[in-house]
Parts: sequence; C-alpha cells; structure tokens
Amino acid sequence: MAVRKPPVTTREYWAPGHAACAGCGCATALRLATKAFSEAMEEKYGDPDAFAIAQATGCMEVVSAVFPYTAWKAPWVHVAFENAAAVASGVEAAWKKKGLKGKILAIGGDGGTADIGMQALSGMLERWHNVVYLMYDNEAYMNTGIQRSSSTPYGAWTTTSPPGKYSIGEDKPKKWVALIAAAHQIPYVATASIGNPFDFVRKMKKAAKVDGPAFVQVHCTCPTGWKSPLEKGVEIARLAIETGVWPLFEIENGDFHNIKIQSPGGGAKVKREGGKIVAIEFKKPIEEYLKLQGRFKHLFKQPEAIDQLREQIKAMWKVLGVEVTLPKPEE
Amino acid sequence: MPIRTVMKANEAAAWAAKLAKPKVIAAFPITPSTLVPEKISEFVANGELDAEFIKVESEHSAISACVGASAAGVRTFTATASQGLALMHEILFIAAGMRLPIVIAVGNRALSAPINIWNDWQDTISERDTGWLQFYAENNQEALDLILIAYKVAEDERVLLPAMVGFDAFILTHTVEPVEIPDQELVDEFLGEYEPKHAYLDPKRPITQGTLAFPAHYMEARYKVWEANENARKVIDEVFAEFEKKFGRKYQKIEEYRTDDAEIIFVTMGSLAGTVKEYVDHLREKGVKAGAAKMTVYRPFPIEEVRELAKKAKVLALLEKNVTFSVGGALFQDFSRTLVNEKEKPVIVDFILGLGGRDVTFKDLDEALAIAQKALNGEEFDEVNWIGLRKEIL
Ligand SMILES: Cc1ncc(C[n+]2csc(CCOP(=O)(O)OP(=O)(O)O)c2C)c(N)n1
Ligand code: SF4
Repeated sequence: MAVRKPPVTTREYWAPGHAACAGCGCATALRLATKAFSEAMEEKYGDPDAFAIAQATGCMEVVSAVFPYTAWKAPWVHVAFENAAAVASGVEAAWKKKGLKGKILAIGGDGGTADIGMQALSGMLERWHNVVYLMYDNEAYMNTGIQRSSSTPYGAWTTTSPPGKYSIGEDKPKKWVALIAAAHQIPYVATASIGNPFDFVRKMKKAAKVDGPAFVQVHCTCPTGWKSPLEKGVEIARLAIETGVWPLFEIENGDFHNIKIQSPGGGAKVKREGGKIVAIEFKKPIEEYLKLQGRFKHLFKQPEAIDQLREQIKAMWKVLGVEVTLPKPEE
Repeated sequence: MPIRTVMKANEAAAWAAKLAKPKVIAAFPITPSTLVPEKISEFVANGELDAEFIKVESEHSAISACVGASAAGVRTFTATASQGLALMHEILFIAAGMRLPIVIAVGNRALSAPINIWNDWQDTISERDTGWLQFYAENNQEALDLILIAYKVAEDERVLLPAMVGFDAFILTHTVEPVEIPDQELVDEFLGEYEPKHAYLDPKRPITQGTLAFPAHYMEARYKVWEANENARKVIDEVFAEFEKKFGRKYQKIEEYRTDDAEIIFVTMGSLAGTVKEYVDHLREKGVKAGAAKMTVYRPFPIEEVRELAKKAKVLALLEKNVTFSVGGALFQDFSRTLVNEKEKPVIVDFILGLGGRDVTFKDLDEALAIAQKALNGEEFDEVNWIGLRKEIL
C-alpha cells in the first residue's frame, strides 16, 4: 500500500509540552515555521537541522523555555525583548566565521518587532544578514497581559486601549510592518496566516532558501487576548483573509510594482489584469471576522467605527495596488 | 620581537583586539572611542584581522550581536563609552547572567545631562553591579595589556564572565604614548583559541540559552554569577602572574606606591594614578608621609588587597571621578563597607573630583590633602568633599 508523504515534515523542533494557552495560534505558527525551515535546510544544505533560532521576549519565549525545561529541539537563544534581530546578526556572523552552513531564524512578536525592536530589525535587514525574521502577529503585547501595540487593529479592545465614554478602543490604524520591511529592498517579504498553513509553510521555505535577509509576518490568533473561542483559531484567521482584513502577499527585492497579491477565497470575486490582481470584491463582511472576537464586541454598538475600519482596510489594499469592495452585512 | 611604537589608547585597544583575534566584532561610534572601530575596520579591510565586523545601528545592537555571537561560541569584542555603554545597560546584565566572556573597551566618559564628552568614570561605575569584571588602565600600554588579560580571565572556566576595560577619555584615548605591541605568537600562547566547553547553538547538540527562571531557580543563577566573580579574584592573580612571565609587565589588583611608611594614602584609578604618584613624590620632598594606591581591578572588588592596604595607613583619601547619590562615590562605599568590621581601620575620606573632564591639579590635591590632614590630626572633617568646584558659578 502506498504511503502518502505528509504535506510537511513530521520532524518537530517546537516540541509538545510548552506552556502556551490552549488554542494558541502563535504556537501553531512556530511549529509550522520550524518544520518549514527544516525542510528548506534539508533541500538547500542536505541537513534538516542546519539552523539556529534567536527569539525575542514575549509569549512564545516564556512558554517555551522555562528553566530547567525547554520546548526547543533546535539551538535557541533568547536575550531580550527588542533585540532578536541584533542577536541573530551576531549568531549569523559567528556561524559564518565558524564555517557552519545554514540559516538563522529570528522570531519576535508584534511588540518585539513593530515597536521596540523596529530599530534592530531595520539594522539587521539593511546590513543584509542571512536571517529570516518571523514576526508572529497576535496584534498586542500578550505576555504582559494584552496591551496595545502599533500592530493592534483599529477599534480593538486591549487593556491600554479600553473602549469607554471617550474611546472606541484602539484609535490608530494597524502599522504596515511588512511594507516597512520591504522598503529595505531585501530579497523576500511575505505576509502569511495560520488560516492558510500550506501557504505559510511555502513562504517560510522560500524565505529560508533565499540568500540574504527575509521577513515573514504571520497573522496568528490569541484566544486569550482576542477573547475568542479556543477551538476557532484557524477559522478566525481564515476569516481575516476572506473578509479582506488580512491581505496575503509577497514582495521580492522591494519591488513595490510587483507585489504578488493572493486570492483571498471565501467567494471573493477577483479581477486580474495581466495576471496581476487589481481588484477584489469581498463577499464576506468584516463583521463575520469581528463578531467571533470579544475584543471587538463593543464596536457593534458603534457601527460607524466598523465603517471607519472598513475605510482603513480599503486604504491598505490601495497601497498594495488593489481596489477592494468590502460589503456591509445584510440587515 | 615586540614592536615599540607610539599610539593613542584607542589604537592600543584596537591592537589588543587584533592580537586577541576575535571572530566577531560589533561596534557603533561614540566619542571618545570612535577610533577603536575605525582602526579595527582598517585591520579587517587590510586582511590583518580575520573577523566579521558588524557595523550595527546602535550600541544596543552592538552588545546584542556580541551576545549572539558569543552564544554561538566565538570570541567577540566591542568598544564604547558613556551614553553608548548606558544604552547597553540592559544587555550587560544578560551577558553576565548568560556567562558569556565578551570584552568591551570603554573610553571612560561623563554621562548626560549636560552632554559632555570628557573624562570621568561614571559610565563604567554605573555598570559596576552588572556582573562584569572591571579593569581600569593608567596609560595606553595598560589599555592594551588589560584587554588581553581581560579575555584570559573572562574565558577561564572558573569565571566565564564578560569584562570591561576602561581608559580615560582624551587623557588616554587621544593622547599618544609609547606602547609596546607584543608578539602575536606570544599572545596566541597566552590566550589560545577560545573553545567553549559546552555546545553553543550547535545544531548537532542543540541547547536552549537565555531561558526564563522561576523563583525556584533564579536566585541560584544569580549566585553563580556572584560565585564566578569571587573566583575571578584568584584567577586574576594567576593571569597577572602569567602575563608578567610572558610579557615582563607586572600588574596587581591594587598597585601601591610609597605606601610602606605612609600615614595618608591616596587611592584612585585610571590615568589619575599617574598624577597622584607624582604628587606623592612632591609631598615626600616636603616631608609629608603620603603614598598612593591604584585600583587596576574594581570588579570583583579586591577585598583582601583593600584590607591589606588599610593596615598601612591612618587615612585613606579616595579620589574618585564619579558620584552616587548615597554617601559619596562608589569607591567610598566599597572601601567603607570592606573595612567596617576590621578592628584597626584607617579613617576614610572621600573626594569627588575631575567630573566631566575637569583637570585635577596639584592645587586640587592640596585641597584634598588639607582635609585628609584634619582627619589625621583628629580634627573635624567632612567625609565627602567635592574638589575643584567653581563656587562662583553655583
Ligand atoms: C525593555 C522591555 N520592556 C518591556 C518588557 C516587558 N515585556 C515583555 S514581553 C512584552 C510584550 C511582548 O509582546 P509581543 O512582542 O507582541 O509578543 P507576545 O507577548 O504578544 O507574544 C513586554 C511589554 C521587557 N521585557 N523589556
Ligand atoms: S496569551 Fe495568546 S499568544 Fe500568549 S500563549 Fe496565550 S494564546 Fe498564545
């Protein structure tokens, strides 16, 4: 009887037994990312283990490396919150000098990447280190108990963006971190989601195989911080793609004229010109994504805030070169 | 054959780095130590030093990259000063806690505000509790030698702690002095290749570094840093002895000068030690029984040596270019605490001086002497004294 090859390696580097919350989408992202990395290393260097990880402080760090235990089956180092990219630079330089073949994976949350770690990230990308930087984007500082970051979406509740008489929750649009990364004209930038794991694995492999720096921003759910049902992580992440909230794309060598936008699915109508997506008519309203999460609950009492969010999402797609129509839910 | 030449302390530090053959250097320019990374860039550009030089975007990333490289098991180096060192502060604790033998050359400079690029020791003194070893150079030769010594101590299995070597801004960093560059082969023999015993970020033997520790383990980890600092005292003596045997230059944690029959001993660090030794000669000519002592090692604090020194004097006059907002300067606190339970102990008087590059002249030292003499004669005196203050602009 023929045995089907599993879609991604059965090797584990992020082992069971870590202390993440049940249903943590970021844990799923890290597990997939390391598997993808391993496959890429096997294909590129003939050695599935040829990588090391430098990780920023945050949820994924504290749940995986509690002395005297570790969830890591790969060489792994954590130094501080803001410096995963700089630490990875040092590791990469050391590997180069030692003649070790392989690639360094730097990992940070949205806080450790988009906020406090932005400078170190920019430096690392600009210096062209052979590092893949993976930003797992759960859209807030979860490790310190759900405070807003510059990657928190408009309208979201966090403990430092609480809705109130004078507040609708987070009042700034989400930062376009992947575009900032791409502005460094590095070989590879991509957004991904645990709502599309095959795509994520493909992108991580691609990132791991390029020579030079790469940046991948993966949207991942956090049931604790998003106040969402534990078992609906992947579904929610997929809805973010299908409603237009989270665009999936790739940018190579900082070529903003050639952003590879991907079809969102979910019945969306996609218009192409010369193979390139130029317009998307989404079928599912963003409310379908929002309503599964307690962090957006208050918005449903202020529909104009949801409209505001819709406008921001359109503006984001416009920067990506795509005209989108975002439906309102049927009354 | 060693080369005798003249150079600035910054160049001496770069030469020391070259001789130590670090595999990764990460640095960011800051006055007064900018010449260190510049010189190293030249060495690397000319193929005289086979290292990866990461031109980072900040000191925070410089030290972070050093931690990454050191965690990957290679010898690393960086240089900084003042605000740069302060920006590294958080990571200094981490480097020590992770037991990574990184070496930093620091051109000792004042801290803002007001912004000031000249010499005092507040930068390194502020990092005295990070777990790093601290050496202070009196001259450019010492800047070079102490960096080599720092590597040897830092990488010793009984220690495994990072180390910083301070040399005074402009007084040394930019002043040309005779320096002997030791033979590379001798340095190679002295230092050897850095080969960490444990696997570091090795895919074949993966380990997890920089973990989280709950209360059940944190204290023990801190204890190990403390213990390593304790061990360093002995190791430093051994390394000093070996250095002297190989290179002929003698180092001591506390170097004494005309202390044998001294009543008042002036204690200081760095380049000020030179001035103070001369001042002691001058006092001796006038029949004043004065001596000098220079702290070459400040962390680990040389407890035994301080106790021995204290037996020799009636007054210890501490001359320090730093302030803590407790009682006086850092040296004053360390000396006082070290001697508090001794049966026979000298009176300790603290002098804060030379901050932000203010010259320390014989006139200033006369002012200090007058107060120290009051203490010697049992008259009333102030424990903490600011010397050379311009009272007219206060
Ligand atoms: C310099 C510094 N400031 C603040 C903190 C506290 N802190 C640790 S993790 C964290 C938030 C992490 O957020 P993010 O990067 O989004 O990762 P997540 O916890 O969501 O996985 C904060 C604020 C710290 N460790 N260091
Ligand atoms: S708080 Fe969120 S990101 Fe952190 S472990 Fe729990 S689910 Fe994962």
